Amino acid sequence: MPDERMPPGWPIVARKEFTDHLYSGRFVALLAVLSLAGAGAVFAASTGIRSVAPQTVGIPALFLRLFTVSADPVPFALVVFIAFLGPLLGIMFGFDAISGERNQRTLPRLVAQPIHRDDVINGKFVGGLGIVTVVFVALTLFVAGIGIFRLGVVPTPAELARLSVWVLAAIVYVGFWLALAMLFSVVVRRSSTSALIGVSIWLGLALFGNLAARLVARLLAPSGPGAALAEARLETLLARISPMTLFSEASSALLDPTVRTTGVVTLAQLDRAIISNLSLVQSLAVVWPQVVTLVAYTVICFGLAYWAFMRQEVRA
Amino acid sequence: MSDEPVISARGLTKRYGDTVAVDGLDLEIGRGEVFGLLGPNGAGKTTTILMLLGLTEPTEGTVRVLGLDPARNPLAIKRRVGYLPDAVGFYEGLTGRENLRYTARLNRMDPDEAEARIDMLVDRVGLADAADRPAGTYSRGMLQRLGIADALVKDPDVLILDEPTAAIDPEGVSEMLDLIRTLATEQGVTQLISSHHLQQVQEVCDRVAIFVSGRIVASGTTHELAVGGAGPERLELRIDGGRDDLVRALEGVPGIDDIRPGRRPGSWEVVVAREHAGDAVRALAAGGVEILELRRASEELDEIYRRYFQEVTTHAG
Repeated sequence: MPDERMPPGWPIVARKEFTDHLYSGRFVALLAVLSLAGAGAVFAASTGIRSVAPQTVGIPALFLRLFTVSADPVPFALVVFIAFLGPLLGIMFGFDAISGERNQRTLPRLVAQPIHRDDVINGKFVGGLGIVTVVFVALTLFVAGIGIFRLGVVPTPAELARLSVWVLAAIVYVGFWLALAMLFSVVVRRSSTSALIGVSIWLGLALFGNLAARLVARLLAPSGPGAALAEARLETLLARISPMTLFSEASSALLDPTVRTTGVVTLAQLDRAIISNLSLVQSLAVVWPQVVTLVAYTVICFGLAYWAFMRQEVRA
Repeated sequence: MSDEPVISARGLTKRYGDTVAVDGLDLEIGRGEVFGLLGPNGAGKTTTILMLLGLTEPTEGTVRVLGLDPARNPLAIKRRVGYLPDAVGFYEGLTGRENLRYTARLNRMDPDEAEARIDMLVDRVGLADAADRPAGTYSRGMLQRLGIADALVKDPDVLILDEPTAAIDPEGVSEMLDLIRTLATEQGVTQLISSHHLQQVQEVCDRVAIFVSGRIVASGTTHELAVGGAGPERLELRIDGGRDDLVRALEGVPGIDDIRPGRRPGSWEVVVAREHAGDAVRALAAGGVEILELRRASEELDEIYRRYFQEVTTHAG
């Protein structure tokens, strides 16, 4: 009886993980927090857009502004908010992926069933991504609904396409944090420690990432003519080490057809530039490096988690 | 095919760095046999089991389970081998039944068939009333019962039980042992039972192996082990009378080594050369000593076990 005849095991694990997450308290809590904040941000943004609407007839992709514009009293736009809170989503669904199995002593029983060992970690990652997808699709539809209601503007097919690509990018971004959290859940025995490490990295990057980039850029920047420009370029480069920066830049170009670059722009370069809208493919080309880097980060993180898990002994 | 051993190991060795967990283990278990792997904690029992299941790779040696190599056909083996791990755990948020259902799905069982089997099994292990409560509320003993049901969900040909009687009450132990015996006699399930609790397991095992510091120091039926010992026979007696009666009756019997108070209060122990044990019993009867109880003290498995265990430790020290 060869092994190949059995259907693969990871979908069974993924399905269980997905169901567990769906009924878990953390899912309800996260969905509530995200929905509330999302609704607040969009409500404020739509109010802001309405107030300036008379002067700005012909704004390109008006509908998508709902996601990128911030207005009183909510100090952040929805995309900024997702860039900040997305990591929490990944960490919440990944921090106890393997350590939870160890703490409940279910791992030996699980791997003694007719599945390969990597089915466990693959299934858990896919199940986690599945639940993240549900959260994002639900949130986006919710926010879009509020927007249509408040603005009376129905999104065009082009806008819907941009929105879909952005949701995909957001899933990859959260997928990175999910993989990172799973890596800690493999390496660290205690779930609480694993969660703390994940949260520290998240808050550290969110609060001090840009500051650190600026400081290092200032230290390393050469002196002399063109120093300011070199320093700014270096700072941008360093900031792009952080997945948060990468996702923010990708979001800005994907959701706004007028964004033509994410790098440092001099006034000379803008001279006689013709303001025009980019197509989705062109926008994607602008942030292609960011998107590819995010995917690479996710793959590397998951690869490390996979490698560490496969090398571990079943017994704790 | 049926003559082939269901589980066999040749020169099985597992090293972790400098420490040797299992050292050149040879093992053969036939179809329908109940085999006890007995030894103290840390003897390497669990490591051996993990190697049989292909969950840990042997450093040296070969393993065959149902004629297959766990390193090459792990899924085929795991589909047919039920495993109860040491200190088994379940998903605390799921009910007992949901936990078993997950196992059934992982074994690609037909859902309806699985449901009927789960109903039958929770009833059989006495968890019918608790099956729909979260496993997080179960006591240690209930988890152990659920673990047995879990190992049986796939209707296995082979059952590997790691410390099945740990953490359950005496009544639960005897139910567990009945279940093991029934599975062997009625369904021909081959079973490997690891335990450090000798008295509990000895009565259900066809054969046992005594496993100390990664090596089997003795194996066979409990009777063979007792006879196979090189030392003299120790007869434990309770008689109507005192030591003097014993001494008088046994006078002239060759090979009597010692007559001393037995371990149990009011009993006596006669140490006699193995070939003269029968002579001693006959002499007692002929001498008019009224025997209330007579048994071979050395037949108790824990005695044997203690003897082998001591031998190994004194050799090692």
